[in-house]
Amino acid sequence: MKETPLSNCERRFLLRAIEEKKRLDGRQTYDYRNIKISFGTDYGCCIVELGKTRVLGQVSCELVSPKLNRATEGILFFNLELSQMAAPAFEPGRQSDLLVKLNRLLERCLRNSKCIDTESLCVVAGEKVWQIRVDLHLLNHDGNIIDAASIAAIVALSHFRRPDVSVQGDEVTLYTPEERDPVPLSIHHMPICVSFAFFQQGTYLLVDPNEREERVMDGLLVIAMNKHREICTIQSSGGIMLLKDQVLRCSKIAGVKVAEITELIQKALENDQKVRKEGGKFGFAESIANQRITAFKMEKAPIDTSDVEEKAEEIIAEAEPPSEVVSKPVLWTTGTAQIGEGIENFWGDLEDSGKEDEDEGGSDEAIILDSIKMDTGVEVPNIGSQDAPIVLSDSEEEEMIILEPDKNPKKIRTQTISAKQEKAPSKKPVKKRKKKRAAN
Amino acid sequence: MEVGMHTDSKSRAETGAESGPRGPGCSLRHFACEQNLLSRPDGSASFMQGVAEKSREQLIRNTCEAVVLGALHPRTSITVVLQVISDAGSLLACCLNAACMALVDAGVPMRALFCGVTCALDADGTLVLDPTAKQEKEARAVLTFALDSVERKLLMSTTKGLYSDAELQQCLAAAQTASQHVFRFYRESLQRRYSKS
Repeated sequence: MKETPLSNCERRFLLRAIEEKKRLDGRQTYDYRNIKISFGTDYGCCIVELGKTRVLGQVSCELVSPKLNRATEGILFFNLELSQMAAPAFEPGRQSDLLVKLNRLLERCLRNSKCIDTESLCVVAGEKVWQIRVDLHLLNHDGNIIDAASIAAIVALSHFRRPDVSVQGDEVTLYTPEERDPVPLSIHHMPICVSFAFFQQGTYLLVDPNEREERVMDGLLVIAMNKHREICTIQSSGGIMLLKDQVLRCSKIAGVKVAEITELIQKALENDQKVRKEGGKFGFAESIANQRITAFKMEKAPIDTSDVEEKAEEIIAEAEPPSEVVSKPVLWTTGTAQIGEGIENFWGDLEDSGKEDEDEGGSDEAIILDSIKMDTGVEVPNIGSQDAPIVLSDSEEEEMIILEPDKNPKKIRTQTISAKQEKAPSKKPVKKRKKKRAAN
Repeated sequence: MEVGMHTDSKSRAETGAESGPRGPGCSLRHFACEQNLLSRPDGSASFMQGVAEKSREQLIRNTCEAVVLGALHPRTSITVVLQVISDAGSLLACCLNAACMALVDAGVPMRALFCGVTCALDADGTLVLDPTAKQEKEARAVLTFALDSVERKLLMSTTKGLYSDAELQQCLAAAQTASQHVFRFYRESLQRRYSKS
C-alpha cells in the first residue's frame, strides 16, 4: 500500500530541530543508534538491529562449476530483500528502485573490495568451486537500511563455516559437519557502510538517519570503510553538492565509527564462539532478554499421552463406518475416463429422452452420486460388477472424442434422475455427454 | 474506492533446535516468543519452537480465515507475512503459532486462538510430538494439525505418509493434549505482557 505521506508540519518540525542541532530521539549529530547482534543456531545466520531497523542475514554454500573467465575463483552472490513486513510500502513488485540501489551498493561494498578471498574457495580449478550465497532480509525499516545490511552481511560471512573438503589427486572428498569440523571463510577485512544525511543543501549533516530523518533529507552520502581506514566504496546520491572538506570530514567520522562497530562485531563473534564451545545454549531463542515483558519462554514440556490409545479407540468405535464410496470410472475413449457426475446443468431444459435409470446396488451411502445414468442404447455391460471400469463399446457411433457434439451441438447436459437433488459437488466438473442413438 | 482500513500483522517464525535427541516419550520442545518487536507493522510476533511454499501458505491462510472475524472489518485486507529464520523441524506448526500470536498482537478480532502441532509416526508406530528435522525425515508419516482453543476442535490437518485410521485418531488425541500446553504458553505470555509488574 502507499506510504503515508509526511505532513508539512512534521517536516518543518524535523528541519527546525536539525537546525538547532537536536534530534528527535535525543542523539547527537554523530551518534549511532544501539547496535545489537544476535546469532542463530546454524552457522552463518544472524540478526542485526540498528535501533529498530532489523536485518536478518543468512549465508549458505554450494559446490558449483566456476565461471568460465574465472576458473580458479569462487562465486559470491548477494541478495537483499525488502520483506513486506518491513514497511507497508514494500509490496512485492513495488520496490524496485530502492531495492536495486541497495543491492548495487552492497555488491560494490562487499564484492569489489575483495573482502572475501575467492581464491580460497576454489576446490578443483576449472571444475568445482564454492558458491557462497548471502541472503539478507529486511524485517523492520526504521531508516538506514544500508548500514544495517552491510553489518549483517559481514557478520554472517564471518560467522559462517563451510564444510571441509580435501582433494587427493582426482578424488574430492566432502566431509559432513559430523566427520570434520566446518571451516570458516577467509576474510581479509570487514567493510562497513556509514551513512551521512545532508539537510538544507549540505549545511547540516547527520550520521545514521532514522526513517523520519531520511524522509526530509536532501541527499545521502555513504562511505564504506574498514578498520584500517581504507575506503572501499563511496557513493553520494540526491544531487547535493558537497565541498571537498565536507567529504574529508565525513570520511574521518566514518573512520571512527567503523572502528567502534568493528570492535562490537568482534566481541559479538567471540561471545558466540565461547558459548558454543562451552556447550551452552545458543540461538535466537536464547538471545531474547528474559526481563523484557513482551518476551516469554517455556521449557521443554513433557506431554502425557498414556490415555491416547483408549481415547482413539473410543472415537473410532463411536464413529460411523465410513461411507462406501463407489467409484466407477467410465472409460469414454482411451485416455479419457469419468468418475462421478457433474451437478445438474442449469442451462435450460432440453429434451430428455431416453434416460435410463440405473441404480447402484444398495450403496445409499455413496457420497458422490446416487445413481449413474446411462443412456439407452449405449451398449454397456451390466453395471453389476462394481470394480471393473465400464468400457463403452466402440461402435462407430461412439467412436467420438468427448468434445465433439453429436446431433445437438454444444448440448452437454447432465441428468440426475433422483428426486432429491444431489448437489454434492464433484471435484471435477465433469459433464456427462448425452449420447443419442441416431436411429433407433 | 479506497480501502477504509488496512491492518498488517506480521510475524516471524523460527524453529530452534534442542541439542541432543529426545526419547520416545512425547514432549514439546522449548518455546520462546516475543511480541510487538517490529515497529512498522501493526502487530508482530516472533515464535521460536525447538514447496511446497504455496501450499503451506494456503494452509495457513485457510486456518486464519476460519478464525478471524472478517465480518467486523469489511473492505479490509489483512496481510500476514511470515519470515522463516531457521527450520529445525515442525515448521508448519511453528508458522501457525507465530501467525496466531501476531494476529493477537495486532488486535485482530478472532473467534478463537489456534495452534499448530506436528506428530511423526516412525517405522514401528511410536508417536513423537514436535519432531526435529531428522525425526521428520526418518518418520513413516508426519501429521500436522491446527487446533482451536475453545474446544480443541480440528481446524486444519495436513499429512504426509502412510498411517492407519486408528493411528490418525491417536495422533489427533495426542495433538489435542499437546495443544493445551501451547495455549497455556500463549496465555502466560500475554498475561505477562499486559501485567503491571
